[in-house]
Amino acid sequence: MAEAVDYKQIGTRPIRPDGVDKVTGRARFGADLILPNMIHGKVLRSPHAHARIKSIDLSGALAIDGVFAAVSGADFPAIDGGGEVGGEGGGSVGDVAKNIMARDKVLYHGHAVAAVAASSPALAEQALDAIKVEYEALPPVLDVVAAMAEDSPLVDENNYTNLPEKPEQPSNVANIGKLARGNLEEGFAAADLIIEREYKIPMAHQGYIEPHACVANIDETGRGSVWCCTQGHFEFRGMTAKILGKEMSDLKFIASEIGGGFGGKTVVYLEPLAVLLSEKAGRPVKMAMSREEVFRATGPTSGTVARIKLGVDNSGKITAADAWIAFEAGAFAGAPHMPGIMTIFAPYDMEHFAVQGFDVLVNKPKVAAYRAPGAPQAMHAMECALDEAAIQLGMDPIDIRMLNAADEGTQAPYGPKFPVIGFKACLEAAKNHPNYQKPVPEGAGRGVAAGFWFNIGMQSSAEININEDGTVMVIEGSPDIGGSRASMCLMAAETLGVNYDDVRAQVGDTESTGFCNVTGGSRTTFATGLAVVQACEDVIAECKKRAAMTWGVDEDQVVWEDGQVLPAPGVNADVTPMSLADVAAGAAKTGGPIQGRASVNAQGAGPGFSVNFTDMKVDPDTGKVDVLSFTAIQDAGTAIHPSYVEGQMQGGASQGLGWALNEEYIFDENGVMENAGFLDYRIPVASDLPMIDTEIIEVPNPSHPYGVRGVGETPIVAPLAATSNAVSRAVGKRIADLPLSPPNVLAALDA
Amino acid sequence: MAKVVFPDSFTAATGGVREIATHAENYRALTVELVARWPDLSELLERSAVAIDGQIYQDAFLEPLDADAEVFFMARIEGG
Repeated sequence: MAEAVDYKQIGTRPIRPDGVDKVTGRARFGADLILPNMIHGKVLRSPHAHARIKSIDLSGALAIDGVFAAVSGADFPAIDGGGEVGGEGGGSVGDVAKNIMARDKVLYHGHAVAAVAASSPALAEQALDAIKVEYEALPPVLDVVAAMAEDSPLVDENNYTNLPEKPEQPSNVANIGKLARGNLEEGFAAADLIIEREYKIPMAHQGYIEPHACVANIDETGRGSVWCCTQGHFEFRGMTAKILGKEMSDLKFIASEIGGGFGGKTVVYLEPLAVLLSEKAGRPVKMAMSREEVFRATGPTSGTVARIKLGVDNSGKITAADAWIAFEAGAFAGAPHMPGIMTIFAPYDMEHFAVQGFDVLVNKPKVAAYRAPGAPQAMHAMECALDEAAIQLGMDPIDIRMLNAADEGTQAPYGPKFPVIGFKACLEAAKNHPNYQKPVPEGAGRGVAAGFWFNIGMQSSAEININEDGTVMVIEGSPDIGGSRASMCLMAAETLGVNYDDVRAQVGDTESTGFCNVTGGSRTTFATGLAVVQACEDVIAECKKRAAMTWGVDEDQVVWEDGQVLPAPGVNADVTPMSLADVAAGAAKTGGPIQGRASVNAQGAGPGFSVNFTDMKVDPDTGKVDVLSFTAIQDAGTAIHPSYVEGQMQGGASQGLGWALNEEYIFDENGVMENAGFLDYRIPVASDLPMIDTEIIEVPNPSHPYGVRGVGETPIVAPLAATSNAVSRAVGKRIADLPLSPPNVLAALDA
Repeated sequence: MAKVVFPDSFTAATGGVREIATHAENYRALTVELVARWPDLSELLERSAVAIDGQIYQDAFLEPLDADAEVFFMARIEGG
């Protein structure tokens, strides 16, 4: 277990290795690659939210001079199943294949029906206009609760609810999850106060700044390379190969720099199309989405309807809770209903509870993972209900949470007992925080909420090469979204006993390093970091061997301390300690270059908890909400690079605030998104938010050599409920639905 | 004996059984025992994570089970 130790590198705040390139514009993102003879791909998208495709005629496009290739669903091999893709709710490869190119039906407005490659983007657009598609329009299914009714039109006539015994009739409900413990009747009978309410949260997008983009360069043998912005180029390679019926070794995937992903870049959209078009055209093909395409055709997160009944006694102790949550899956199964029901009660020690979650098909874009998938929507309901209970009991909202808080040994609602966790430490830090000690500004409301995410491990690989001068090269396969190269360098420097500036990290392509799962699930610093540490330990073992060889002693007569090899205590050897540079300098004579490598399937990621509080004020004339202050407190385990931990906390808070205050997909009655651009889909800008204050709680994870837990997902969970609670307290009235945009707040005030 | 708890999604395959005790000394032995008793569990086990004494494993294999171990099967979590 990692004890609280005085690290030399870990916990410092060096500038990230990619920082200068990012701020000077030198960094190359998905759309920045240009190759000789490169042409441009575009996608024809459905004008209907639900329709049968009667025919597609590509001949008009192919007849245009300068159009090199055109494809539709008929050009792709049929896939049945194909295994699950990475990222929460990614679904099956077969569904991903149908999502990136419709086959016999279009299932949402914007669903791809054909693609072309031409000598210029403008000509490609012109070619799209020349494609003829005949549709038979079908009624769209747009409301998640109505979609669950037996008499609802069906998104997929072949979808049967996944139950132990196949139902007789198809349904829009793809999956149902349930958790329960104790006796609800007994629990509610013991309650002095019962809170019961329904909460609605609309579909929202991850809102990454960089649209999806890639360049595929495939030769006449069907082999080649793909450059793309992705959270996981290994998994993109796997998905693309499966969708196109290729061998993985046919394709080399190279991850570009990435302008945000947040879960939305764990699944392919363009890459298989670009590969197929490039193969047919015999030229490199670049594809880049517009912002409108990003909104209409790439993964938002689920809209939800949540119903909760919460019982507490007069002391504030939770006696029972019963919840029901319907998650929009979009056009294919795979809503995050399971993590939703597993997280809703996670921070609390409860004897009696039940929760059901539903994965429901609707004629909207297929949802994709979004930071802590399912948790923000689910926990919003519980955290709001708990706030109502605190108000009615006259309790401090932190005190009621502390009274019910889970701790080490508490049985989590999803089964196991928690290992050492930092929830109570977060609550104590919040209560003692200077911002909480201040009085609530006049006319404002203060909202408190808790957040939780499991964090995960999974597979990672890393190699360490020691250069001839003793400097260190780290090669790993996790695309760097939040500063992970800096964290890898810090962990390598700490383990090897060298300076941070002597270490460089490179994200290798799929032919340059071993497999890594996606950068997601808050796993990279934990799991890839573990691989880096183990690879460094491999280097240390090699250095000891080389030094022993140099000194003519046995390997067990040398030790590694503070970045150098020394004779072990008691060994009488008149030698000078050898640094990494010394060993590297003599490597040619002792066996060749010094390398280390490690592959792991990391287990034991530590659960992450957070507590957020915020002061907000509402303009009663316009309904506009002003965020006066926001404080985020989170148990990160050991913070390898505190600035990037704080950045994750601030970023998650900002995204959560945007989701709570303004962001929503607005569909018309035909299922057409009416606000597919950043002017009308309003994410927060700098002037909307105060500085997000942060406090990192460090309760080390015993399953990582440096105590890492995982950071990236928990920060987005609590802001939704913290916002609802602050606004509801500010106006003296519970507003249950999000977003709390000016028109919605005004309507609620007038209701 | 180690305690093994099944989630709701397993109960159709186990005929409603939610909890068993086992002498299995590691995870692989446990899964062999479970599939021998309930063959329909095989696919569910492949798709599930497991927590052994509070530690969550997405891909458990030979992890040891102490005599007083607590084993909970649960949905796999991947995140975003």
